[in-house]
Amino acid sequence: MFEAIAFYVFSALTIVMFYVTVTTNNALYALSALAAGMIFISGFFFLLDADFLGVIQLIVYSGAVMAMYAFGMMFFDSTKVVKEKTHSARNVFILTALSAIIIVAILTAPVIADNAQALFQPFADKGNVENLGYVLFTKYLIPFELAAVMLLVAMIAGIVLASKKMDIPLEKDAQ
Amino acid sequence: MITLNHYLIVAAVLFVIGMIGVMRRKNLLMLFFSTEILLNSVNIGFVALSHYLNDLSGQIFAFFIIAIAASEVAVGLGLLILLYKRKNTVDLDVIQNMHG
Amino acid sequence: MENLLYTALFAPLVGSIFAGVLGGRSKMMIAGLVPSILLLVSLAASLVLLGHVLSTGTAVAVTMFDWINIGNFNVAFGFQVDQVTAVMICVVTVVSAMVHIYSIGYMDHDKGFNRFFSYLSLFVFSMMFLVMSDNFLGLFVGWEGVGVCSYLLVGFWYHKRSASWAANEAFIMNRVADLGMLLGIALIYWQLGTVKYDEVFANVDKLDMTVLLWITGLLFVGAMGKSAQFPLHTWLADAMEGPTPVSALIHAATMVTAGVYLVVRANELYAPVPEVGYFIACLGAFVAMFAASMALVNRDMKRIIAYSTLSQLGYMFVAAGLGAYWVALFHLMTHAFFKALLFLGAGNVMHAMHDELDPFKMGGLRKAMKGTFILMTLASVALAGIWPLAGFFSKDLILEVAFVEHHFILYTVLLLTAGLTAFYSFRLVALIFHGEERYKLFGIHPHEAYRFMLIAMSPLAILAVIAGFGFKGDYFAMVTQMLPATEYHVHSPVVYWTMVFGTQIFVGLAIAYAYIKYVKVKAFDPAIESNFFYKLLINQYYIPALYEKFITVPYAKLSRFAWKQIDQRIVDAIVDLIATSIYKLGEVSKRMHTGNLSTMLRLMTLGFVIVLVIALALQMMAK
Repeated sequence: MFEAIAFYVFSALTIVMFYVTVTTNNALYALSALAAGMIFISGFFFLLDADFLGVIQLIVYSGAVMAMYAFGMMFFDSTKVVKEKTHSARNVFILTALSAIIIVAILTAPVIADNAQALFQPFADKGNVENLGYVLFTKYLIPFELAAVMLLVAMIAGIVLASKKMDIPLEKDAQ
Repeated sequence: MITLNHYLIVAAVLFVIGMIGVMRRKNLLMLFFSTEILLNSVNIGFVALSHYLNDLSGQIFAFFIIAIAASEVAVGLGLLILLYKRKNTVDLDVIQNMHG
Repeated sequence: MENLLYTALFAPLVGSIFAGVLGGRSKMMIAGLVPSILLLVSLAASLVLLGHVLSTGTAVAVTMFDWINIGNFNVAFGFQVDQVTAVMICVVTVVSAMVHIYSIGYMDHDKGFNRFFSYLSLFVFSMMFLVMSDNFLGLFVGWEGVGVCSYLLVGFWYHKRSASWAANEAFIMNRVADLGMLLGIALIYWQLGTVKYDEVFANVDKLDMTVLLWITGLLFVGAMGKSAQFPLHTWLADAMEGPTPVSALIHAATMVTAGVYLVVRANELYAPVPEVGYFIACLGAFVAMFAASMALVNRDMKRIIAYSTLSQLGYMFVAAGLGAYWVALFHLMTHAFFKALLFLGAGNVMHAMHDELDPFKMGGLRKAMKGTFILMTLASVALAGIWPLAGFFSKDLILEVAFVEHHFILYTVLLLTAGLTAFYSFRLVALIFHGEERYKLFGIHPHEAYRFMLIAMSPLAILAVIAGFGFKGDYFAMVTQMLPATEYHVHSPVVYWTMVFGTQIFVGLAIAYAYIKYVKVKAFDPAIESNFFYKLLINQYYIPALYEKFITVPYAKLSRFAWKQIDQRIVDAIVDLIATSIYKLGEVSKRMHTGNLSTMLRLMTLGFVIVLVIALALQMMAK
């Protein structure tokens, strides 16, 4: 019962927040709505007994990523409203509606759920974080390390890109 | 009783919202936001599957997706700032160079 | 012997190429001399070949190389010189060698001197190819070759509208006939699986009668076109637009006889179907009369001679149709000599009269042009068939053939035609060489042609005189080794001598009448123009007008319709549609390549949806 109420509340809130994100013209609103949506998604994770991911969601998304966006937006005038020409709304509608219907049809079709098999079952006597740790540092050790390297590279790239001088053309800057 | 399908449908709806954003918005920043929505909707799907199948793989994938999203934001935002410096705008229609 | 054969065949080609290389240059004497000399070489080779065939009685055959090898269809470039071919190549090379030498003088002042010799030699090569080939396909190649050369030479003065028109007419009419010929050859191949003469003739009895009828009929259609038989005869008179040596060589002595040659060559095909032969004979007799009647009134010297050629071709077809192939070939030979002579003489007259063709504007030329006068009179006598000249032996023989075969109607027609022939020949002679000197009214000062031109004509004159009684015996002995050796004798000596003398007297009377009637003519009498028969004849029985009205004009209309309606409205429209639709496709698809990121994202989404649809479809199929 509690789970159902929580699910529906989180669903509604997430959908509304993300909807606001994609429709609003104000970048600050969009950013705020996005951050809120992220927090509500972490709620889903807690509901699904994925405590570790829920925390990660809160820290990485709502904390780090949103902070990064906020800092990024400081580089340019985010209050300036970008005038967007939206044309062929009909096409957008048709495409999204079609893909929504098909995705739902595919997902709800019993085929996937029936055929799926568990690869790594958690130990019943251990907590979620502990279980995740076991799997991550045994089966997924190399992807984990690669992800670490990737994050390092991304960090360096972000610093280099953002630190280019403002007013000089790219060619001169490179010299 | 909330079933797997409930979660999956929510994930699908969120995904479609992200897609609308990708298609409709001309503001590059908004495009990044839409991409985040897409990634998150997929995350919900993974975690829900993980829970209902009693399998940890989904959570691991969601974990990696979060890592990728973080690095994407780092690089993408850097590029975005650079572009703004050159063109003084983040509007896709204005950035367009070709005339078709 | 093989090398001689190749020499005889390819020497004219070498000459043609030599003159053709110089074709673009201004007149060079060497361009005329080299082909003439090469042709004399060819003539010598042909004579040696003739001697060889005459003495040994065996044919010379060579296979140069394989030509077509497709599946079971094998044709080689093979050549053979047998008795018939030996006669033909000698006739061709003699006449063309003389015409070449004559042309050096005749074309003296022409800008296209080099080009002319190139065409002329090429024609001789094609004609040699035609007669020497040992299969129907090679014959067809030569057949088309002479057609092309005829086209080129008739339209030699292409800047004249009438000349290019005549060239086109000749070519198109021949094309119509050639289709029949090609079908005939195809039918032979279809039925017998070969086109080689020997193999075809050896298997004639295997052919179905109907098929044989078709084959011979279709081949004869080709022969009709080349030999200008009714109803495809109109091109020959118009072909007189070409230079006179061309008329002498191509349109009198050689090319037009190719049809007769074909019938003679394919005699074994014609022998089992006497119906076709009889039809050929009737058509020949009709054409003989028909053409001779048109020659009676014409006022164009060359056209008169052209009609005479037509008429004589009719004679040959009568002989060939009645199975007297050797007689047909004999008349072909003698005719080639005296008709070429007649034409060359006409060329001299034309030169002297500054290209004036109307004999009513000439008269009394014998004083100024003694040599030409003698030669032309000789040729006319030979044509009329007076003893002991060549025409007598060959033409009277044809009359005898008709008589002996009991085709008395044909005989009568031919006899009458002989009278007409004599009449129009001497009408021409009388008008040109005798009587008052009417040309003085037009301020013309005639002069005799170059001496070497007359010398070039003299061998022809000698042959026109002696070819009859000199060659008949040997010729008969040789040719009948190949052709059916039917001797035509009128059994009763009384009838025979009556016939001979009767014909001679009849012809003599016709000559006398023509001479008396035209020697005193002062000018053309316009009163005759209102005469019905005159109008009928001068308008060539209105046949060209009929062709114009019922074939040319409707065809032009049809062509115009096809051009305006079908080509422009349908074909062009389809082509344009393809072009415009590609343009439109480009207009549409260029929106995909605006370089706009948003557009690309939309397209990406579209792709994503398509993939989803496919996934769904596959899933459903899996169930």
